[in-house]
Amino acid sequence: MKEMIWLIPLLPMLSSLALMLGSGSFSRLIIGVLGVGSVGAAALLTLLTGLDFLAQPEPYTVSLWTWMQVANFSPGISFYFDGLTLVMMSVITGVGFLIHLFSTEFMEQDASYARYFAYLNLFVAAMLILVMADNLLLLYLGWEGVGVCSYLLVGFWYQNSANGQAARKAFVVTRIGDTAMALGLFLLFTSLGTLDIQTMLGVANSKWQVGDLMPLIACLLLLGGAVGKSAQLPLHTWLPDAMAGPTPVSALIHAATMVTAGVYLIARTHGLFELAPTAMMVVAVVGLATSLMAAFTALMQSDIKRILAYSTISQIGYMFLALGVGAWTAGIFHLMTHAFFKALLFLGSGAIIHCLHHEHNIFKMGGLRRKMPVTFWSFMIGSAALAALPMTAGFFSKDQILLQAYQLPEYGVWLWLGGLVGALLTAIYSFRLVFVVFYGKANTQPDKDVGWRMAVPLSLLCLLSLIGGYFIIPVQAVFPLSTDGHPAHWVEYVSISVPVIGVIVAYLIFYSKRLDVSRLVQSTVGSRLGDFWRIGWGVDYLYDRLFVRPYYGLSALMKSEPVDRFYGWVVSINQCFNYWLSQSQNGRMRRYLVSIIFGLIVLLMLALQLTPEVF
Amino acid sequence: MDAIPLNHILLVSSLLFCIGALGLMIRRNIIFILMSLEVMLNAAALAFVAAGAHWGQPDGQVVFLLILSVAAAEVAVGLGLVLQVQRRFKSLDMDRANRMGG
Amino acid sequence: MLEIIFFYVAATIALIATVMAMTRANAIHALIYLIVSLLAVAVIFFLIGAPFAAALEIVIYAGAIMVLFVFVIMMLNLGKAGDARERQWMQPKIWAGPALLSLILFVELILMIAEVEGAISGDMVTAKQVGQALFGPYVLAVEIAAMLLLAGLVGSYHLGRRYLEREQ
Repeated sequence: MKEMIWLIPLLPMLSSLALMLGSGSFSRLIIGVLGVGSVGAAALLTLLTGLDFLAQPEPYTVSLWTWMQVANFSPGISFYFDGLTLVMMSVITGVGFLIHLFSTEFMEQDASYARYFAYLNLFVAAMLILVMADNLLLLYLGWEGVGVCSYLLVGFWYQNSANGQAARKAFVVTRIGDTAMALGLFLLFTSLGTLDIQTMLGVANSKWQVGDLMPLIACLLLLGGAVGKSAQLPLHTWLPDAMAGPTPVSALIHAATMVTAGVYLIARTHGLFELAPTAMMVVAVVGLATSLMAAFTALMQSDIKRILAYSTISQIGYMFLALGVGAWTAGIFHLMTHAFFKALLFLGSGAIIHCLHHEHNIFKMGGLRRKMPVTFWSFMIGSAALAALPMTAGFFSKDQILLQAYQLPEYGVWLWLGGLVGALLTAIYSFRLVFVVFYGKANTQPDKDVGWRMAVPLSLLCLLSLIGGYFIIPVQAVFPLSTDGHPAHWVEYVSISVPVIGVIVAYLIFYSKRLDVSRLVQSTVGSRLGDFWRIGWGVDYLYDRLFVRPYYGLSALMKSEPVDRFYGWVVSINQCFNYWLSQSQNGRMRRYLVSIIFGLIVLLMLALQLTPEVF
Repeated sequence: MDAIPLNHILLVSSLLFCIGALGLMIRRNIIFILMSLEVMLNAAALAFVAAGAHWGQPDGQVVFLLILSVAAAEVAVGLGLVLQVQRRFKSLDMDRANRMGG
Repeated sequence: MLEIIFFYVAATIALIATVMAMTRANAIHALIYLIVSLLAVAVIFFLIGAPFAAALEIVIYAGAIMVLFVFVIMMLNLGKAGDARERQWMQPKIWAGPALLSLILFVELILMIAEVEGAISGDMVTAKQVGQALFGPYVLAVEIAAMLLLAGLVGSYHLGRRYLEREQ
């Protein structure tokens, strides 16, 4: 089985190719079977490989061929398999399979059924290449691949130009991050001489000291790439707009897998980051700031998918916080649990949207508890996990992060406090969503409930969100052991109780309406602050004024071809002279005779000047 | 015998040449233009012969003979062209043959 | 002394005749004046000791080429209408520009010949000397002139033939 791990990304890729080529001639059933089956087969193979690995936990490399050979640069198409890879692959193929199954019902009525599954399979293949890559160049290949698929899927309903714009925005913003990452790759190659990850970490350790400048710059550049792909400050603006794509796409790409690519990158190159403590601090601060900002914004949103999008941004901020304080295992663990409950939440919202004729505004929903029970329980469990209520999967992972943050010397307390505020807000906004949508008066009636193809993935994800906290991920050999000390018990109690307080606050405000915050919200300070939070703290506005508009202005300027105008002048001067001189060719012989005599006069004049007097 | 100054002859020659050029530019009839060309050729021939006589060598007259042959051939062909022009345009106006403009 | 007087007289005649030739309206009159001019130039040739050139001038230039002109003009049969047209074409106002250009040309030529020193002694260069020169160093030029005359012959025959056929 070890030697065949290249089958795992190959199956979805072949299926994608087949669907693209034969999209006209397959029936819906075949398309569904191909699309879901390929990812299902990949998941099965991952399971087998994983069992193999757990029996004998030795990391290994499978090398397929040399990609290119230029001077002393010869990256290969080779896959590296260890515990981290196993975790990522399981998440991708497992959650991916469930989402594919969900999509068969969600996209049933869509005309471009085959195209959808082709893109989705291609995405899974690219993501698998990303996590299985042995060297950073192959990782970059997967990185770009998922970027392209994200563009294709966000702009899936391209007939509406707003979707195309959102897709472009996603692509361009992540591109900025990708450029930073490419620069980081160049720097690493020129300094270390190789892009092979394991070799690179060894060379880096021998070549660089902790706190050197070069690892700092390289890590900051890699962080730039991670920030773009994982939608953190300052490159997070694309993710809320990317909700224009179909909801399963948002579940797979923008909750479970692509946005975690940045986290994976930092975790994979943790050896480099440990050589640059300043970079790690930057990671933690970026994560925390993003987390808080997104949490405040999520509180004021009214579109169900945008709430979940900002929630994703916020949770990935937690993962960055974990990585930044050196809690590698906790970060990856939170990645896994987040994949479970966020996919669950997104698929639940997909079910709601599907059954309520594509209604997105939560204030137009309400009272869905009775009509859609499966969805209701999915949301309940998912939000509980999101808010990190005790005994859910989210509880274990988030708790680990906060505790390890607290233990960091010097700044740990502040990070921990920030994390607590974020946890409080998370609980409030997630249960705000639950109470507004599922309780209260029903404003829109659902016309159906979910079928088995939606219910089964939802149920499975519910199960995973509950028991996922008890998984022990096999990454002990990958990451260095973190400090084992336990903080004081009061820290733990505070961390546990804050989410519960948040749920109670949400209950009081949105359900029983006992706590009246409307005066606070409608006061001038309150409404100003609320508006500011709702528009995402003005970052979009800032970027629009600072970058987008000047760029469009410059394009409009260039559209009138100012440089060509100079050459146009040269041409028109030529034409002018041509016009004047061609007047002399009028065919009138006597004019020609006069001009001959005139030429003779000029020649004689020259002769008089030039030749010495020979007479 | 007193000698004729050379530059007087050359003066006469250049005066004849300029008169021929004047006629060339003024006249509109093709026949007269050809006639002016003959005047100019004759003036040049005079200069050659005078120069040859100045040096006492036959070279001037040899060139004169060559100029003569050139003039003869040119007049023959030129008058043939005049006949064609007359047939085609029904007039001897030089300005009528102006189609090769652009 | 005598030569110089004869020279000036001949030169004057040549100049006046040429001017008259340029300004006549009737083509035959202009040609006659031109023939007079050529004869005057032949006299000048005699005076400077180039009898062969003078003979050639009379026989070929005045005797053949000008006669050819006369034949063609008579064949064209311009008549009184032609004279009137000529007069109409030669209005005084068109003389200004060409006269200016000719004047400038003349001034330049004068400047170029101003410093020429020397006189013509009048020693004869006989026909025999010319013949020796023609068959000596200039034999190639003679051959080429012969070819040129052949080309002129063929060309004029071809150009003139169509005219005759059409007329008949």
